[in-house]
Amino acid sequence: MTETTAGAHEAHGTPTGWRRWLYSTNHKDIGTLYLIFAVVFGIVGGLMSVIMRMELQAPGMDVIWGDSSTQEHTFNVLVTGHGLIMVFFMIMPAFIGGFGNWMVPLMIGAPDMAFPRMNNFSFWILIPSALLLVGSTVIGDGAGTGWTVYAPLSTIGMTGPSVDMAILALHLAGASSIMASINFITTIFNMRAPGMTLHKMPLFVWSILITVFLLLLSLPVLAGAITMLLTDRNFGTAFFDASQGGDPLLYQHLFWFFGHPEVYVLILPSFGVISHVVSTFSRKPIFGYLGMAYAMVAIGAVGFIVWAHHMYTAGMGVDTEAYFLAATLVIAVPTGVKIFSWIATMWGGSLTFETPMLWAMGMIFLFVLGGVTGVVLANSGLTTAFHDTAYVVGHFHYVMSMGAMFGIFAGFYYWVGKMTGHQYPEKLGQWHFWITMVGVNLTFFPMHFSGLAGMPRRIADYPDAYAGWNLISSYGAYISFAAALFFLYVVYRTFKSDEKLEANYWGEGATTLEWSVPSPAPHHTHEAPPTVR
Amino acid sequence: MFGRNAGVAIAALFTALIAGAGAALAQEAGLGAPFDWQMGFQEPASPVMRDIIDFHNFMLWLITAITIFVLGLMLYIMFRFNAKSNPVPSKNTHNTMLEVIWTVVPIIILVAMAIPSFKLLYKDDVVPTATRVADLYGIDVAGEITLKATGLQWAWEYEYVDNGVFLFSSCLYGPDYWCFGGEAPEGAHRLLETDNPVVVPVNTLVKVQVTAAAVIHAWAVPAFGVKIDAVPGRLNETWFVAERIGTYYGQCSELCGQYHSYMPIQVNVVSQEDYDAWLAGQLAAMQPDRLKAPTTEFAQQGITPRRPLAVTPGIAN
Repeated sequence: MTETTAGAHEAHGTPTGWRRWLYSTNHKDIGTLYLIFAVVFGIVGGLMSVIMRMELQAPGMDVIWGDSSTQEHTFNVLVTGHGLIMVFFMIMPAFIGGFGNWMVPLMIGAPDMAFPRMNNFSFWILIPSALLLVGSTVIGDGAGTGWTVYAPLSTIGMTGPSVDMAILALHLAGASSIMASINFITTIFNMRAPGMTLHKMPLFVWSILITVFLLLLSLPVLAGAITMLLTDRNFGTAFFDASQGGDPLLYQHLFWFFGHPEVYVLILPSFGVISHVVSTFSRKPIFGYLGMAYAMVAIGAVGFIVWAHHMYTAGMGVDTEAYFLAATLVIAVPTGVKIFSWIATMWGGSLTFETPMLWAMGMIFLFVLGGVTGVVLANSGLTTAFHDTAYVVGHFHYVMSMGAMFGIFAGFYYWVGKMTGHQYPEKLGQWHFWITMVGVNLTFFPMHFSGLAGMPRRIADYPDAYAGWNLISSYGAYISFAAALFFLYVVYRTFKSDEKLEANYWGEGATTLEWSVPSPAPHHTHEAPPTVR
Repeated sequence: MFGRNAGVAIAALFTALIAGAGAALAQEAGLGAPFDWQMGFQEPASPVMRDIIDFHNFMLWLITAITIFVLGLMLYIMFRFNAKSNPVPSKNTHNTMLEVIWTVVPIIILVAMAIPSFKLLYKDDVVPTATRVADLYGIDVAGEITLKATGLQWAWEYEYVDNGVFLFSSCLYGPDYWCFGGEAPEGAHRLLETDNPVVVPVNTLVKVQVTAAAVIHAWAVPAFGVKIDAVPGRLNETWFVAERIGTYYGQCSELCGQYHSYMPIQVNVVSQEDYDAWLAGQLAAMQPDRLKAPTTEFAQQGITPRRPLAVTPGIAN
């Protein structure tokens, strides 16, 4: 008995060297791995977008390497790679794998995740997934299908190994996310500290809980759809082949049944982070906590029944469109509740504008901007003008590139001291925010104009009339990418800082349990559950 | 201190951007094609596009108002409730009345939005008869024609189904591309001009049936408010009545592979007399090389569909 106890203690020491990371079962180390992974792929995906913007800076095919037999296809490969990388290898790993792993156990008073070894596997399976996806761009011709991988373009329209590799990459990333989801659900349902009922749980934990439910319910559908793609491509089946009785639209329904919840997977954790940041820097508890939590539940639930608003021009019939129009508008209600509750949280507060708060306020406003264009796009009567235009690209980058990514940066600056023990340099953090703010707005706001004027999305070259706004967009993209590189410098400066940090360096406004443990958080925390009043 | 600067900068940036969006409403417009620095829709040439523009203008005011409202609240908060102006935070976290209001008011706004939206959808989406066009839009159409558009990689093939097997393919000009477009004429819109434009008579109900041979495309003409996917194995239908003589351009609007950017749509709207003359001339001069079987086209591109195509567009013989 004594021996067992001693053995257990031995096992709990901090492993060193590569063993610490490769064999890691520690939620903090795995969270760190996820965050590093997200930064690396954020840069890769960002580079892809910079190449696309360079190509689109002026009419003509002048930038992308190769000749007219490959250039345009290479552009489509970049479109596809950028989309898949940003969704699966940047935003999801940063929010769910990174902040989720780090903060969920800390916030609910659990010593670790429920299944630490599965947690390890969830992360490390992402590496072959990413290798497959990156490999698909260099082995064969590359997958130029768009992140939606619509059949039959992805079946008879694209031969060679690339699309198969991309499909297998999605399978692995999906398996990783499903395991992570099971892990989070089990952890959150079973390992909360005594006294922490669901209705006392921090909103970030709520957001992760809802997010992983969305993943758990939607990813299997994606897996089914892309498995059918795989067999259509390689084994002669005809699920999506109209000439043999299949239906190309079946793929679109399956994909978007996953794809729409997926975009909420990207934004909900951002909602969670923003709630914490806004409350902390307003020095007030969150306004309308229950409304906030159940607004996210509502967004998640309704998110499952709006998928075909991505298919308004597919020819579904007017009544189907009418239903999806109505269901989509409904989402604006819980989203509005969230926006107004954040504003009410700030109302009457004592606000300071440190870097995390700047990102949070930027996120709230730009998310509103992206949200209202979403309401416009919900109207299927307008869709013959808007579908598949640059307007749509502008819309979803306002909610993703600003809504989700600003949330990631808010979370990074908010928690980096807790995670590393090093505080970021305030002035540089604010510079990072302002450069990004200018860059992303210059990039994406003009897309609304070119979209209204009729410019289709995903085109490698455009009629000369669209040159003006595309030039502005390209300059914006360079500024945004410069800001991303500047962020790496801020991270470097953060690690150079030797300022000593208290456990709760944000003071009275930060009330959740992660602020009760020292900064940096020791390797093991909450070994005895804290008591929650 | 910083809060004040931040507020001013945000205000300046977004007033500029939103003013830009508002300006889109009152913009000079060309006809049928986009123009430099265009911020709004193309000039409408069909009743459907006029409806779309009207509804979108309503929506644009609404969303601009909502955005400015939120921006105003945030700026007020920055000035009024920063730590200097308001050192002691309130502890207020609930106000049932307020929460009910910000749930119910958006619902009312959305209903106000949904009613005209449903009307627009049910009015424009269904392919009408000539009588229905007269009832709904007050236009007495001169006649009715049916046009079938088939998306190929990467060109459109058009069939005038009322006139037997008359069909032709419509490709982008330019020596670089697979199609036989050849050099574009002087002054052509780059990437929009086709070698064989679609020709339709003005004030005529044009029913467009849209399908595709191998992969999905989308047939779109912004000035008509028309966009519909071309899906293999499926015959989608849309319609337009062009009210003004002119040349109208659109582009394929669903990613369809390598040369997706290079399959424009050009519709020449002409008077009934010109249309009749054009049609007679075309039918008389029909040459075998203008009547191309898509399978040949695929062979030319080096793309071999692995099994028979879903829809084999009519092969003239």
